[in-house]
Amino acid sequence: MSTEILMPALSPTMEEGKLAKWLVKAGDVVKSGTILAEIETDKATMEFEAVDEGTIGEILVAEGTEGVKVNSPIAILLAEGEAAGAAPAKKAAALPAGEDHKTVADKGAEKASAPKADIANDPEFPEGTEFVNQTVRDALRDAMAEEMRRDELVFLMGEEVAQYQGAYKISQGLLQEFGERRVIDTPITEHGFTGLGVGAAFDGLKPIVEFMTWNFAMQAMDQIINSAAKTRYMSGGQMSCPIVFRGPNGAAARVAAQHSQDYSAWYASVPGMKVIAPYFAADAKGLLKAAIRDPNPIIFLENEIVYGKSFPVPKLDDFVLPIGKARIVKTGADVTLVSYSITVGQCLEAAEKLAEEGIDAEVIDLRSLRPLDMDTVLASVKKTNRIVTVEQAWPICSIGSEICAQVALHGFDWLDAPPTKVTGEDVPMPYAANLEKLALPTVDDIIAAVKAVSYKA
Amino acid sequence: MPSGKNTALAKKGGAQDAGNGTSRPTNLKFTKDEELKALRDMLLIRRFEEKAGQLYGMGAIGGFCHLYIGQEAIVVGMQMTLKQGDQVITSYRDHGHMLACGMDPKGVMAELTGRRSGYSKGKGGSMHMFSKEKNFYGGHGIVGAQVPIGTGLAFANRYRGNDHVSLAYFGDGAANQGQVYESFNMAELWKLPVVYVIENNQYAMGTSVERSSAVSDFSKRGASFAIPGIQVDGMDVEAVAKAGAEAMAYCRAGKGPIILEMKTYRYRGHSMSDPAKYRTKEELTEVRETRDPIENFGKKLIERGVVSQEDLKAIDTQVKAIVIASAEFATESPEPGVAELYTDVYA
Repeated sequence: MSTEILMPALSPTMEEGKLAKWLVKAGDVVKSGTILAEIETDKATMEFEAVDEGTIGEILVAEGTEGVKVNSPIAILLAEGEAAGAAPAKKAAALPAGEDHKTVADKGAEKASAPKADIANDPEFPEGTEFVNQTVRDALRDAMAEEMRRDELVFLMGEEVAQYQGAYKISQGLLQEFGERRVIDTPITEHGFTGLGVGAAFDGLKPIVEFMTWNFAMQAMDQIINSAAKTRYMSGGQMSCPIVFRGPNGAAARVAAQHSQDYSAWYASVPGMKVIAPYFAADAKGLLKAAIRDPNPIIFLENEIVYGKSFPVPKLDDFVLPIGKARIVKTGADVTLVSYSITVGQCLEAAEKLAEEGIDAEVIDLRSLRPLDMDTVLASVKKTNRIVTVEQAWPICSIGSEICAQVALHGFDWLDAPPTKVTGEDVPMPYAANLEKLALPTVDDIIAAVKAVSYKA
Repeated sequence: MPSGKNTALAKKGGAQDAGNGTSRPTNLKFTKDEELKALRDMLLIRRFEEKAGQLYGMGAIGGFCHLYIGQEAIVVGMQMTLKQGDQVITSYRDHGHMLACGMDPKGVMAELTGRRSGYSKGKGGSMHMFSKEKNFYGGHGIVGAQVPIGTGLAFANRYRGNDHVSLAYFGDGAANQGQVYESFNMAELWKLPVVYVIENNQYAMGTSVERSSAVSDFSKRGASFAIPGIQVDGMDVEAVAKAGAEAMAYCRAGKGPIILEMKTYRYRGHSMSDPAKYRTKEELTEVRETRDPIENFGKKLIERGVVSQEDLKAIDTQVKAIVIASAEFATESPEPGVAELYTDVYA
């Protein structure tokens, strides 16, 4: 019986990929381990091997095709003695069938759809600014490259940033342009290279330290907090630590508890550091450039799932944004949604759906978590009289907790409903697809919270 | 190096400002000026620390206060091997290092008393003091944290392409911290110019080396990274300077990091509140009577005819006057203004 060869998932966050090259053709006999094709993900080009023996009956997806969905059939494999054109077997039970499978697919779709936000109308951009669509990944790379061209003291270090071109391809091409003196592969030694970066910054260099993910920065927490953040104060202002720590933060996909944590509130609680968590590509670029120029230690929280999203980025020679300013990404009159990073996209989706039901939500992208732009939040609450904060992090002592407390303190008289938080669940991140989905906030959760504060539930 | 030049070095303050721009040759004996200066610098640290201990007892100094008494030969000897631009970083037992770097005893003592004229405006205290001007990078309160930072200073030297060397001091206790070995690995991998000076004073707070360290020869702690190590009598300022000069030359030649294990002894407790019951009185007495770095060096100088007993007394009197003045300054200087609470958090 013939079987379908399906487009493989080659990374935890891959939803589609490019079928770059077929290495077999119809009629070829393959066995386990035969390399069938080269598949390009957003991170790398990978070889795809056969698992079963048989003869290639038909190539279903031509080489060079982009956007091939994971789990869609790309070729037919015939069993021994079978003729081409035989009806393929029903889909193998590799994935849970029915509802569960749909759930996974839907989740992917929710992530992939880039929400509509009219950032081009933002007064931050000069009138007549031209925009180009760019992924967050490329925007971050461009920000580093531009600053490295501008300032010889800026260098990048971290695991796999140079020869590997970045574990998440953020530093692609930087080694080629700047050489190994300024783009430095470190051993897997977070505590050590973080301290080393801090020492280099004390001497006046401007290191960008990439953590492969922020989960690994816990190994380096003492150097980040005790050495980087506090030394200016402890030295009576003599010492400076112009360093940027950056990398993906928060949940990726299906990597479970130790690799799925949002550290925003941890870092945002520490005086002496600035904390940035952008969503849009333009902010990723403009704020990373600002971070590299800032004389203070900066925590720059990215998101793996957002890396591949494309957004308009202004075509400006030197686009630098101010740190500590929120942006109203959608104006509205009825309720204020406040968020940062990936959940900004969910807020925009929720706002679209709420509009269909006659609720006009304002969406604020905090962008910076320290300093926290409470002026923008409070001004919005004075207008809408309702606030819902949205984040993936745990609920206790979260960014939303802080915002709700400040709104209760400084905006109490304007409130028509309790300040409300939508957060991740108060559990370590589970691995199972259905449980992971339940642990993270959804668009429906946001809609439900908005209806609750609008007394329309 | 012609001896005339060395005299010039010593007259300029030699170790304190190490300003002649050249390294000390490794085979050099101390000149008379250097002998006197080494003695005087060690004595200054001793008298300063004694005064700090006294002020602590009077309640003028608060919190933690870790005294360097007994270990003076190490920083004084090492400092004689530095040249302008070399960086120094250490732990919380840092008063001696600051004085050796040429920082003003008044500013150091005023920081101990938490006053506005202290090196950190009273906001750092005993464990957290810095002087960019004297290339002293702290003063770090977390055991071992200064080691990767000191390695980063060496990284900066390499990045800038200068020939400066970073001097990272840490104790036998810190030598068991993981980040020390992470630093060793990167330093040798990238051939960074850093001298790791392990001040082995036999006790990590109250735990002896024998009870805390599987291998107690700290000069071998770099072996698995191919970092050479030298064991040095840290109670002998001349031995320290000789080994220090070798180490600095090694680093400056681009050969990478090197370890110096200084065998020393801390006379006082770990901090002021430590009664040091983990060792016998006899042990301490024996070290003080037979190995004291200042006593022994003073005797040597008398034997060599460099000084007389009266000269030693005169030096002591001069040093005491400096220390008394710094204590007066530190107790009379006002506390930081309340507005200082909120400054220096961000640039």
